[in-house]
Amino acid sequence: MSQPILELRGVNKSFGPVHVLHDVDFTVRPGEVTALVGDNGAGKSTLVKCIAGIHPTDSGELLFDGEPVTVGSPRDAAALGIEVVYQDLALCDNLDIVDNMFLGRERLRGLTLDDAGMEEAARKVLADLSVRTVKSVRTSVASLSGGQRQTVAIAKAVLWDSRVVLLDEPTAALGVAQTRQVLDLVRRLADNGLGVVLISHNMNDVFEVADTVAALYLGRMAAEVPTADTSRAQVVELITAGRSGDLGIPAPETATV
Amino acid sequence: MSQSTLDYESTVNTEQQSLGKRLFSANTLWTGLVLLVLYAVFSIMRPDAFLTLFTFQTLLIEAAVLLVLTVGMTFVIITSGIDLSVGSVLVFAGVVGAQVMEGMSPGGDATGAGAGVIAVGLLATVAAGAAWGLLNGLLIAKAKIPPLIVTLGSFGAALGAAQLLTGGSDVRTVPAQLRDWLGFGQTAGVPHMVILAAVVALHGAWLLRTTRFGRNNYAIGSNAEAARRVGINVTGHLVATYAYVGALAGLAGFMSLAYFGTTTISGHSTDNLNAIAAVVIGGTSLFGGVGTVLGSVIGVFIPAVLTKGFVVIGVQPYWQPIAVSIVLVAAVWLDQVRRRARNSR
Repeated sequence: MSQPILELRGVNKSFGPVHVLHDVDFTVRPGEVTALVGDNGAGKSTLVKCIAGIHPTDSGELLFDGEPVTVGSPRDAAALGIEVVYQDLALCDNLDIVDNMFLGRERLRGLTLDDAGMEEAARKVLADLSVRTVKSVRTSVASLSGGQRQTVAIAKAVLWDSRVVLLDEPTAALGVAQTRQVLDLVRRLADNGLGVVLISHNMNDVFEVADTVAALYLGRMAAEVPTADTSRAQVVELITAGRSGDLGIPAPETATV
Repeated sequence: MSQSTLDYESTVNTEQQSLGKRLFSANTLWTGLVLLVLYAVFSIMRPDAFLTLFTFQTLLIEAAVLLVLTVGMTFVIITSGIDLSVGSVLVFAGVVGAQVMEGMSPGGDATGAGAGVIAVGLLATVAAGAAWGLLNGLLIAKAKIPPLIVTLGSFGAALGAAQLLTGGSDVRTVPAQLRDWLGFGQTAGVPHMVILAAVVALHGAWLLRTTRFGRNNYAIGSNAEAARRVGINVTGHLVATYAYVGALAGLAGFMSLAYFGTTTISGHSTDNLNAIAAVVIGGTSLFGGVGTVLGSVIGVFIPAVLTKGFVVIGVQPYWQPIAVSIVLVAAVWLDQVRRRARNSR
């Protein structure tokens, strides 16, 4: 196994009286897809937002490349090379693919935008990801299908020499063929050496692309296991009960809310 | 799905294609055609009266002040905002500028004032407009009050402030040199008012199309939350945009001073609606994220040509607002149809 690129150790996070994350350990390795699963309210989104610098953690360590780091804002996360693709994608419908990919970080030539250069770079990223579904990079995002929009959002995250990409339910709103394309893309990201975190409710997706499954149960990390060593039934048990056989949170008493 | 990945053909003429596309979205092309057809119809009906250099010059001069307001309004509407206060800010800024120039002249009569006084007057006028725009921007972006309400407030307050400054009557002494040079001056048959308005429009088009400021303007109007997440300073941008509109309203006030030779306090109560109508006729969406300065320029001239044309062919001028309103409603309807077609995909 490769060295982890991102590691969380004993992370705690509360919102007022609500203790959302309890001593969570979480590991992301380069070249691997780590599926983050858990029921609604298990703390998946909170964990992602802690990594992305949107929520500060209460305690615990964040290690990037083995070095302890503090991520206090989304800009800190971006500087480290951590990018998040949120479920709502956050694309500007009226702008085209290139404009969206470079939004907020446009290349300039003197005072003006380097449109030709950005177009080239956008093409290159899409080509590197073997994206074949987009005919022209000057198409406005409004006219794209759900899968294409997801592709653009992912390509946008990859453009910045990112090293860790977190994807929040990228296939939730997609049909069969489009889910296929997005999963292929997720796999290619990992094959290109990135650490990929895939948040998903869909066991098919998880078992298709993930190398490791991390299951959150009521704010605790129930298990981090290689996908090959586990089964769907086991993962579903981990999600719903927090344990499965010798995996997971040991005694039921400790798993209080 | 199996088509070739990328449109390699367009790699070759990237610049051409995007420039062409950017300048002439299909929408702008159509409104431009409408303008040309209107111009042609009036020209054919009365070639002797309509198709003259004089008519053309007055058409351009009379539209110049509104054009400057419209350039700023385009930026604001693309952010999905609105500015109802431009006409009142124009008057306020004009009053401030005129009073500054009077104050610097002996006996409070600015008629004989020289270039230095005029330059200070210009600065004061633009600064007064920008200050009012800044106030609008802060209330909208920082205090999060809807732009419609903030600028409706400014619409009343700026006019009231102008009347307080002058005691309700117009400032009537404007430097003769300013009137001669800017108000009536020409170079090679092109009125200086028109040159100034064209420079403002070209600068606006450049700012909107080719700079990061312009790109952010579209992004904020399209999806403010997305803009915020990628780290665009949405609040700062909105404040700057409203200040820019205010500064342009100030410049328009200075042009109005030069042309009319007085502050015309009561003459700008519908400037805001005319500017909004021009922007919308020009294809800018009231929902934000879409629009061009070129479209707005065309949108200024459609009502202007209708007005001139009706006068020339002897139609009662009361038809003009009716015709403009029809064009306006049709433009918004087209925008809606387009949005619906897009969203039902």
